[in-house]
Amino acid sequence: MIDSKKLCEILANMAEKIQEQKDFLTELDNEIGDGDHGINMARGFAAVKEKLPAMADKDVGAILKEVGMTLVSTVGGASGPLYGTAFMKAGMACKGMAEISGEDMLKALSAAIAGIKQRGKSEEGEKTMLDALCPAERALSEALEGGAALKDALGKAVDAAEAGLLHTRDIIATKGRASYLGERSLGHQDPGAASSLLMLQVLEAAL
Amino acid sequence: MKKFINGPENLEAEIIKGLALSKPGILRQLPGSNVLVRQNLKKDKVALVFGCGSGHEPAPGGYVGYGMLDAAVPGKIFSSPTPDMILKGIKEVHTKAGVLCIIVNYTGDVLNFRMAMEMAQMEGIAVESVVVADDVATQKSKSVGQRGLAGVLLVAKIAGAEAEMGTDLYGVKEVAKWAASGVRTLGVACRPCVIPNDGEPCFELGEMEMEIGMGLHGEPGVMRCSMMNARDTARQMLELILLDCNYENSEVVVLINGLGGTPIMELYVVNEFVHQYLAEQGIVIYDTMIGNFITSMEMGGFSISLMRLDPHLKALYDAAAVTPIIRR
Repeated sequence: MIDSKKLCEILANMAEKIQEQKDFLTELDNEIGDGDHGINMARGFAAVKEKLPAMADKDVGAILKEVGMTLVSTVGGASGPLYGTAFMKAGMACKGMAEISGEDMLKALSAAIAGIKQRGKSEEGEKTMLDALCPAERALSEALEGGAALKDALGKAVDAAEAGLLHTRDIIATKGRASYLGERSLGHQDPGAASSLLMLQVLEAAL
Repeated sequence: MKKFINGPENLEAEIIKGLALSKPGILRQLPGSNVLVRQNLKKDKVALVFGCGSGHEPAPGGYVGYGMLDAAVPGKIFSSPTPDMILKGIKEVHTKAGVLCIIVNYTGDVLNFRMAMEMAQMEGIAVESVVVADDVATQKSKSVGQRGLAGVLLVAKIAGAEAEMGTDLYGVKEVAKWAASGVRTLGVACRPCVIPNDGEPCFELGEMEMEIGMGLHGEPGVMRCSMMNARDTARQMLELILLDCNYENSEVVVLINGLGGTPIMELYVVNEFVHQYLAEQGIVIYDTMIGNFITSMEMGGFSISLMRLDPHLKALYDAAAVTPIIRR
């Protein structure tokens, strides 16, 4: 189970991880985008981290929602509305919950993915964050159904997201700035899928 | 990095303060934000809101004022404005006649504006948008569509004049869409700009190389080649523009836009050939705008835009405007 205190700890870890991997994300974005993904994400999660002390006594749903709103107003670019929507939808799926189980987490992830698809008018297979998140969702669902413990299930989700990220090298981008490159986007990993994997890794490691 | 700034932290805010201070009679800054709005907002007129990343000055703020924009919303350097800021602009200037958002076709800009528009609609504000996608360097298929470039300013001029006449929201939107459908732009770059945040150039180009079709943020274009002279460069660009859109027997406005690091002198040299070439093609030039209208900091290069005119668009193009940059 993850309660508000644990969630805040995870979010703080995410902020740290993204700050640490800022240059890596920016480098990936330099290759096929406009080279600001790391800078933008680090700015957004720094703003989240600043708000964490004031959030600790809220329920899980409210915290996730506020994280989403913070990201929307601080990240900019395409990832701001996309990650912002994802966290807000996840928050709505956990509305009023003091703590969440693996099943709740799966519901939250599914809601987040649905939000990203709707906001970005995109599907899996277009070289976006969905190519890490969708395989993770399927792996998490399968593992939980098979009776795996939450940490093990999340481990499977991380593995799937990692494979998904690597697979983005073989996809020609049709969404976002990388789509201007057409076939030249082949061989490059998607920065959004990379930041999604980082978040899942932090989540798994914290349990 | 050699830039006359005070550091990257407050750069965007300092840009806006400086611009607002320069023309207090025309525009004002909304407290606690970088949103610029027109002085003496007109009641019952469709309000126009435009936004783009910082680093493109004098856009977007330089086009706020009578006959053009009611609000300009800048984002961080080269990053689209966020929905909360766009909403702030919309709420400040909206009237009963509604709001038209002018959006350049980048995924970030489209997503942030769409989100802001949904939020405004939830508050009961009538808001519509027109997306400008004038870059002939980007394919329409298999991508998110053509990018938005300098042509957006011509569309904003037209829409602003139409709104000033008291036309309703759908009427202003239709005219803006009509104007946008006849605008094409192609850019060329020969030197990168340096991103203030990390001090790195936004792309790399050999000493004697140039790239035709490069985007305002250093996105890849259609052709990287050895440096050409003004005439050959302009010919290549015009050929590509005329392949994308047929301007035969049309009357057009020409906009030659410097990216920030190319002297006006060179833009005039380019213009001489543009006039010669278009005359050969039977295209009549009604007016020519030359200058640094929407830049990429100190990037070397320029873009050429053409906008097709009809009698109505011509009148709107000529209509009065009082903004820091465009005055008629």
